[in-house]
Amino acid sequence: MKRFIGFIKKEFYHIFRDKRSLFILFGMPIAQVMLFGFAITNEINNVNIAIFDKSKDVTTQKIIDEITASKYFSNKQFITHQAEIESVFKRGKVKAVLVFEKDFSKKLTKDNLATVQIITDATDPNTANTITNYVSSILQKHQQQINKEIKTPYKIVPESRMVYNPELKSVFMFVPGVMTIILMLVSAMMTSISITREKELGTMEILLVSPLKPFQVIIGKVVPYIFLSIINAIVIVLLSIFIFKMPVQGSLFLLSFQSVLFIINALSLGILISTISETQQTAMMISLMGLMLPVILLSGFIFPISSMPVPLQIISHVIPAKWFIIILKGIMLKGVGITILWKETLILVAMTVFFIVLSIKKYKIRLE
Amino acid sequence: MKEKNVIQVKNLTKKFGDFTAVDNITFEVKQGEIFGFLGANGAGKTTAMKMLIGISKPTSGEANVVDFDVYTNPEDIKKNIGYMSQKFALYDDLTIKENITFFGGIYGLSKSIIKQKSEALINELNLQEVANELVGSLPLGWKQKMAFSVALLHNPKIIFLDEPTGGVDPITRRQFWEMIYKTAHNGTTVFVTTHYMDEAEYCDRVSIMVNGKIEALDTPKKLKELFNVKNMNDVFLKLARG
Amino acid sequence: MKTIGYIIQKEFKQIFRNKAMLPLIFVLPLIQLIILSNAATFEIKNIKFSFVDYDHTSLSRELIDKFEASTYFNIVDSFSSEKIATSEMLKGNVDVILEIPQYFEKDLLKDKKTSLSVIINAIDGAAAGVENVYINQIIQNFNKNVSVNLLQPSDKKFLPKSIVSIPSFWYNKTLNYKTFMVPGILVLLVTMITLFLSGMNIVREKEIGTLEQINVTPIKKHQFIIGKLFPFWVLGLLLLTIGLIIAKLLFNIPIVGSIFLLYAYTSIYILVILGIGLFISNYTETQQQAMFIAWFFVVIFILMSGLFTPIESMPQWAQYLTEFNPIKYFVEMIRMVMLKGSNFTDILPLFIKTLIYAIVMNSLAVWSYKKTT
Repeated sequence: MKRFIGFIKKEFYHIFRDKRSLFILFGMPIAQVMLFGFAITNEINNVNIAIFDKSKDVTTQKIIDEITASKYFSNKQFITHQAEIESVFKRGKVKAVLVFEKDFSKKLTKDNLATVQIITDATDPNTANTITNYVSSILQKHQQQINKEIKTPYKIVPESRMVYNPELKSVFMFVPGVMTIILMLVSAMMTSISITREKELGTMEILLVSPLKPFQVIIGKVVPYIFLSIINAIVIVLLSIFIFKMPVQGSLFLLSFQSVLFIINALSLGILISTISETQQTAMMISLMGLMLPVILLSGFIFPISSMPVPLQIISHVIPAKWFIIILKGIMLKGVGITILWKETLILVAMTVFFIVLSIKKYKIRLE
Repeated sequence: MKEKNVIQVKNLTKKFGDFTAVDNITFEVKQGEIFGFLGANGAGKTTAMKMLIGISKPTSGEANVVDFDVYTNPEDIKKNIGYMSQKFALYDDLTIKENITFFGGIYGLSKSIIKQKSEALINELNLQEVANELVGSLPLGWKQKMAFSVALLHNPKIIFLDEPTGGVDPITRRQFWEMIYKTAHNGTTVFVTTHYMDEAEYCDRVSIMVNGKIEALDTPKKLKELFNVKNMNDVFLKLARG
Repeated sequence: MKTIGYIIQKEFKQIFRNKAMLPLIFVLPLIQLIILSNAATFEIKNIKFSFVDYDHTSLSRELIDKFEASTYFNIVDSFSSEKIATSEMLKGNVDVILEIPQYFEKDLLKDKKTSLSVIINAIDGAAAGVENVYINQIIQNFNKNVSVNLLQPSDKKFLPKSIVSIPSFWYNKTLNYKTFMVPGILVLLVTMITLFLSGMNIVREKEIGTLEQINVTPIKKHQFIIGKLFPFWVLGLLLLTIGLIIAKLLFNIPIVGSIFLLYAYTSIYILVILGIGLFISNYTETQQQAMFIAWFFVVIFILMSGLFTPIESMPQWAQYLTEFNPIKYFVEMIRMVMLKGSNFTDILPLFIKTLIYAIVMNSLAVWSYKKTT
């Protein structure tokens, strides 16, 4: 037992003496949470817009002022020729151009119909769509105002209620994702690299020949990263709560339990990776390219899974991060407990067991 | 005829913060000598050598190697010396031939000379069958002999060997020292660090470093007489005990 | 010059001999490109929609049919009470609940205002906003149709005036997300591979001791560095090529602008990345450290590059910081040239900034590489 403790101590020394890596291990989560909280959002703001007003009358002025007053738009510039539209798009200067036809007010009064072209740079479909929708809705509002005197019967007024996140703060969606990514990275990647490094340096064989049992070696390697991950998780949660006022509606105890479960899951994945990597480089590349990117993109972290093609939705089922994000969002934002989250929890447990069993099998093969 | 000094060192010091790794050492090495740079692990031998081969800047003191100042002309020194590091530093994922071609090319040897030397080296070391195998698959002793020969490709005036016989069996060690003798016989100066005291017997002169300082500098014979012992091992023990 | 040739030769041999790494360098990124371009989308589809109909009239059913017909929403279930519906939302089974009140039809026909209650899961705030817009659109359309259908002849005196908006989506008529994401993900892959490989490569030589051996040779700094980095420069361009081919063949991404311009810019861009890799490797002792630091910067740069989320939406201070982010320029350039056909003058500011970055970064990197420490 004492040998085991001594081994664990050595692992801790390794980590804590590597100041550069340590800095990254702790700095990374903090930087990410800050970025997501303050800088990164999938909302649309500050879009540059150009107006081609062929009418320049009172009505168009009013509409333009109202549209551009919104936080969606920042700079507005006026263009005077059709050809300019293409050039402002090509230069990347604006993302939308509104074209008001000639004699706008007159047409509205006489023909009861006037048109506005909403031309958007649709290379970014999200922005294009949002801008188009927004401008259309402003135009509709104006239309209704003009028609105020006319009785518009049969009025349906929808009232929307946004639940779990009434202020639509994007950080609430991102924090569970960031936490998942960081835990996955620290636990899976670091563990796989740490074990593979011993293989590469040849010290793994020394360890295996020592009185320590193989499973003790593995556990010993893994324990420091459990610690680090837990600290990271706590830091992220604290930052979110205090700086971004993210709620934790549900039980803190359940949150901790689930986090530890996920950490163990990620660790077992790291161990599995180390059994198939001979060099650190390989382990890193597998962790990064094979793990990180799919996790970020397929876990529901940023992009909604429901919008993906069905094959990808199926693949997302085997990504542990996806289940953990559901659990996190459930506990933190919805305030639900284990009665609702039992399915996801069970899946995580099953995956963990699967990784561990697979690692043990691969390990035994190597030793033979 | 006075023999030329190819290495001259005066009050050479290297500090890392508060720690003095090399403490004010002074010595010379004559052309064609086999000079043994002895000392325990951590005595400062490798640090001193790194200054002489131009990859570490001294903290203070003077040092000249093949008449070039280590402070101002390290690159000129490098043209004239060969080096075999403790890790043998050949590329495990290149073949023997490819390693030779690479290092020959780095030293500016022409293609024809490289070819010629490559054949000579392979023949001399009996590596014909494994010439196109990756170096990583060779046993340690072969790698070590290869590294030594590669370091000599460009006919350097001095060759620096850092613990060249670490981890190999006694027979290979013996063979290696035969190679060293041959090299010295051809006029190349050999500067070798080691912590194997018995290898000291093979050198023309040795210096013994203890805690960064040179505590003894002379031929093995004279040192044994001085300390009244039968072998270099005992010389070292007497010195180390202080 | 010849010396550089020897180093390049050795590097290529080592890269292609590394059986484990080759698939990771080529196959894996490209698989990622294919799979992930399909995943990355902010499009709203298949929203789990449910309703609680307290009215049970033909009008309420008509309204529900409108939602059924919409491609945005999937009607998952209907519930008998709001309480049950909200608990289902808690379980994650539905994301939108539409509540149609009793007397919906009656009130509407009696020319009264009726209200509909909509509950939206807003954890993904931006998506919720968009869903709300769609819901409103559907309801407004329904409203208009009801008005038009039930309009009495006498009301026709007052014809409503219409301001009609004509949306026009340039460069990407179908609002295809892949068009937006594929070039961006390509940028990501080229950047990551060249950065990690170049950074770790030099550190590995440090770790195994061959770097020391090289430093003892008379080889000049710049010869060594050029020789080391050139293979990865080639690799980067190779990845770009394969990526572009996949983009065109598999995803039908338009390549409107000049391909030569794409390559010209990318050549300079890769130099920036290699410079960063080299710089990092000069200050790290182990591969793990090098990779870590590289990863740290890459993640931050990628998140702030406008690849996934727009730069304009960021606060001013963050936008200012992105001026120092080389990935941002590459993402902008590739979208401008590939999708809009921007020419050299259009991307000149990007080009110049990247060029300056390349010069500065590589000078720093070369300066910080010391043959003698």
